[in-house]
Amino acid sequence: MSNNLRFKTSKFIDETYRVSFKFNNKTYFGFKGDTLASALLANGIHLVGRSFKYHRPRGIMTSGSEEPNAIIQLHDNSSRTEPNVRATEVEIYEGLVASSQNCWPSVNFDIGGINNLLSPILPAGFYYKTFMWPASFWEKYEYFIRKSAGLGKSPKVADPDIYEHKYIHCDVLVIGAGISGIMAAKMAAKNGFKTLLVDEKSYLGGSSIYDNSEFSKINNQITSSWLEKEINEISKLENLEIKTRTSVAAFHGYNFLLARENLTDHLPINQRENKVRQRLLKIRAKKVITATGSIERPLIFDNNDRPGIMLSSAIKRYIDLYGVACGENNILFTNNDTAYETAMSLIQRGIKINAIIDNREQIDSKISYEVEKNNIKIYKGYTVVDTYGYRRINKISIMKLSKDGQTVIGDKTKLNCDCLGVSGGWTPAVHLFTQSGGKLKFREEDQVFIPNVYPSDQISIGSCNGDFGLEEIIKNTLSSIKKFLDIDNSEYKTVETISGLNQSKRNIWLLPSDKSIGKTKSFVDYQNDATAKDIKLALREGFRSIEHVKRYTTTGMGTDQGKLGNMHALGIISETAGTKMGEHGTTTFRPPYTPLTFGTIVGRNVGEFFDIFRRTPIHDWHVANNAEFENVGQWKRAWYYPKDNENMHQAVQRESKAARDSAGILDASTLGKIDIQGTDASEFLNRVYTNAWSKLAIGKCRYGLMLNEDGMVYDDGVTTRLGENHYIMTTTTGGAANVLGKLEDYLQTEWPELDVYLSSVTDHFATISVCGPNSKKIVSKVVPDLDLSDEKFPHMSFKNSKIDNIKCRIMRISFTGEHSYEINIQANFGKSVWEKCMEAGKDFNITPYGTETMHLLRAEKGFIIVGQDTDATLTPIDLQMDWIVSKKKYDFIGKRSLYRSDTIREDRKQLVGLLTENPEEVLEEGAQIVADIKKSPIEMLGHVTSSYYSPNLKKSIALGVVKGGKNMLGQKLIIPMENKNINVTVADPVFLDKEGERLNAKL
Amino acid sequence: MFLINCPFCGEREQSEFKAGGEAHIVRPKQPTELSDDEWAEYLFMRKNIKGVQFERWNHVHGCRKWFNMVRDTSNDQIKAVYKMGEKPPVK
Ligand SMILES: [Zn+2]
Repeated sequence: MSNNLRFKTSKFIDETYRVSFKFNNKTYFGFKGDTLASALLANGIHLVGRSFKYHRPRGIMTSGSEEPNAIIQLHDNSSRTEPNVRATEVEIYEGLVASSQNCWPSVNFDIGGINNLLSPILPAGFYYKTFMWPASFWEKYEYFIRKSAGLGKSPKVADPDIYEHKYIHCDVLVIGAGISGIMAAKMAAKNGFKTLLVDEKSYLGGSSIYDNSEFSKINNQITSSWLEKEINEISKLENLEIKTRTSVAAFHGYNFLLARENLTDHLPINQRENKVRQRLLKIRAKKVITATGSIERPLIFDNNDRPGIMLSSAIKRYIDLYGVACGENNILFTNNDTAYETAMSLIQRGIKINAIIDNREQIDSKISYEVEKNNIKIYKGYTVVDTYGYRRINKISIMKLSKDGQTVIGDKTKLNCDCLGVSGGWTPAVHLFTQSGGKLKFREEDQVFIPNVYPSDQISIGSCNGDFGLEEIIKNTLSSIKKFLDIDNSEYKTVETISGLNQSKRNIWLLPSDKSIGKTKSFVDYQNDATAKDIKLALREGFRSIEHVKRYTTTGMGTDQGKLGNMHALGIISETAGTKMGEHGTTTFRPPYTPLTFGTIVGRNVGEFFDIFRRTPIHDWHVANNAEFENVGQWKRAWYYPKDNENMHQAVQRESKAARDSAGILDASTLGKIDIQGTDASEFLNRVYTNAWSKLAIGKCRYGLMLNEDGMVYDDGVTTRLGENHYIMTTTTGGAANVLGKLEDYLQTEWPELDVYLSSVTDHFATISVCGPNSKKIVSKVVPDLDLSDEKFPHMSFKNSKIDNIKCRIMRISFTGEHSYEINIQANFGKSVWEKCMEAGKDFNITPYGTETMHLLRAEKGFIIVGQDTDATLTPIDLQMDWIVSKKKYDFIGKRSLYRSDTIREDRKQLVGLLTENPEEVLEEGAQIVADIKKSPIEMLGHVTSSYYSPNLKKSIALGVVKGGKNMLGQKLIIPMENKNINVTVADPVFLDKEGERLNAKL
Repeated sequence: MFLINCPFCGEREQSEFKAGGEAHIVRPKQPTELSDDEWAEYLFMRKNIKGVQFERWNHVHGCRKWFNMVRDTSNDQIKAVYKMGEKPPVK
């Protein structure tokens, strides 16, 4: 450690607690309380990264979350490795490992640095202009561009840390614990408001907490001492919750905010075990007080990006808070009084200041006189025109500014330095305010945007509201909080302030140079390497709107969202285009304010909690019997049950054959079930289904098709009449919730006069379907009380019965075309009844089958699956299901749409069967169907919707939709595939047992 | 995310609700009497105003009731909520 850079100092650094860490494979030491940036600076390290486009050496520029340059890779080669971390925000801990990004092979020698030499040919929009032609080459260009541009590495294995989400409700949320935030929180909490105070730093007090200057006092005390007492007082308030290391990421409408609370990132790795790393706070606040402070502006001049060039306020923070001198030969460059505060901090510790360069001709403040008294040379009315030094600044040259500030005059003077502090004044941190929908206004006097129109119950105070002087901050905080909270007692009697600063400023967005603009590199956005020259080029090429200039030059598009340079970009645009500030828009700041980890965003929703899934009551049996599962909506459904070493095809062929030859059993519990009751239940069904329901007898079942109002098929299923005013409707597995929603919608909003009640009973019943020629024998053993004769229990009817004294509903309905029964029993008994069926079916080779076999069996019968064979563009007529559309009913949902000019077209896509010329060839679902492959372009007639090899028919079968297909029976069509054309013939979609002999066979 | 005052349950998070498009569009009593154009007017045409808009909302993860809302789409301020069948309390 370079001892002459570290000074005995504040209570923020624990000098008895030495911490070792690694940066770029070298071990260094810092103290507890250091950030990675302060520890590196204490070791004399400024160069920490390379810039994005030109690979220029870059150093630590700031001391906070606005840092554009010092972004590093944390935790090398571990599951915790994290790119794009700002060194200024990382609190060091024993064993920290970090490295530079965007450089290869090393930060000191970087091959990409050649881009810097090539920069005359890398102007704004270079990539857009150069690499877009020929289009087919983009893939090759992209590889090299991405390789040389790489910003950090993502981890290759799962994140070992725990994250969580938490809701917080409060009366008042105060964002930012600087001087105004502390005062506001105290006023709110003491007046009975449940208050939450958050700050992104690890400590409270903002920049005032290390303000030990004689030049700013409150009630005759040094600002930091006064503030410490205030903090001490509020930390005991019951009504106030304080969260440090908590950064508000997003400020949404209705005072809904998201914040990230860092809980373990500052701890040594071995102390993080089983602790929550980061917490996403979802905050609902009745009132929000934004006290996010302001960000110091850099100055825009030639080569303003060398390592060692820093914000003057950062230099002050490093020395006052961390006891670290950023340089031994300092120069400050400013257009306002801020730099003189930094100067006093350096002077107090005897750190050398070679000169102060001030844009202003006249400087008239107590603090500047004090600095002058210390024999510091102040160059008034001067500007820096260039800087020198490759890996660290070593020299600057300065020239006198002309009266209008547009040019430089006189001789060039060179001055030595190893650190240059710059101050271009302050920009209110209005990011959260604008995120919430707030509108800004521009204040001409000091060229800042400040909050103007609040979209919700909120207020901005302190320097984020444009109050920069200590007296102004305190006075305005007191009065506006009193008004905002509607309180009489401000909790503060008299607050007297003394400040040695005045607010004069000479604002020049782009400082002039003795070189032509084309020869300068004056960086506006450091992270994305966008220069003033680039912005001017964009304007010359016709861009005006800030949003366009931003995208063209990439200004403000980095991970820092241009916190430092956006104002200068706006200023340069307005100066160049001769327009008013803000006339071409201010850029939009989008959430998050600082980047969030994916872990924080997903919280506990990882692994099996990523999405909820629903299991049927019989699920465990399927698992125990080797089922493979398929996701259907949120359900896990048994897909097929491979035996021995069967693949899916083999298992499905076996299952399908067994179901038709003897007996199959299917878990159909996932089908949606809606219980419908009320005196108008029949009328209601008449209106929602296409067919007629009034005459359905009690105890009978009917298949129904439901349309949207536009006439397109929406859902289907069998509905059973359980009683005079009682039905049970089944829906598709995936459609259940939507169907219930749609039915409720019509009931509540269109037909409130109907006496009908709906309730979802999907989860209440287990549904077991037993099918096949031996199904009757099996079911008669399971439900011995029931007479299964065709006379007493014909197809499409229903009976109440009992299995071991447990009530059940049995329907004789079929989705396979086989004789089959559906047993519905209270969910808890589902598994035992299933096992009973398996036992009863043992002698009949009862075969459990999954969804894949179910799909195959129904396709053999030409039964549609809504959502597979239909896609919300097919009417029942298109599906050749005219038989189910009532001609007699006056109205039902979608009826009028069935004879719109569009829906009666003959050449609509219609459902047909497809048979391949080669019966062994199985088509691909989704494949295109054409008639003529010689015509160019080839006309697409439709596509294959379902396709299987049928073991029962011993040939390939498929369903598809084809334009005008209804009238193409027997016609030859072609399925063009990547390396062959498959010939098919249009067929009837019912492939097996069209006459229904299997269904009606006497068993 | 809005806070929506369900007329049946009170104030709840927007995530419990589902938006259901423009309100006060009555399904024609006699669709078969309508021309294609008239039916299309009912079926497809919606206003989508920038400004004050009357909307249908459903408390889908709550009481499942449909209700109406008056919302300024330009700033998401909810002016009023009211039950189905009731007259809008604001213009
Ligand atoms: Zn409700």
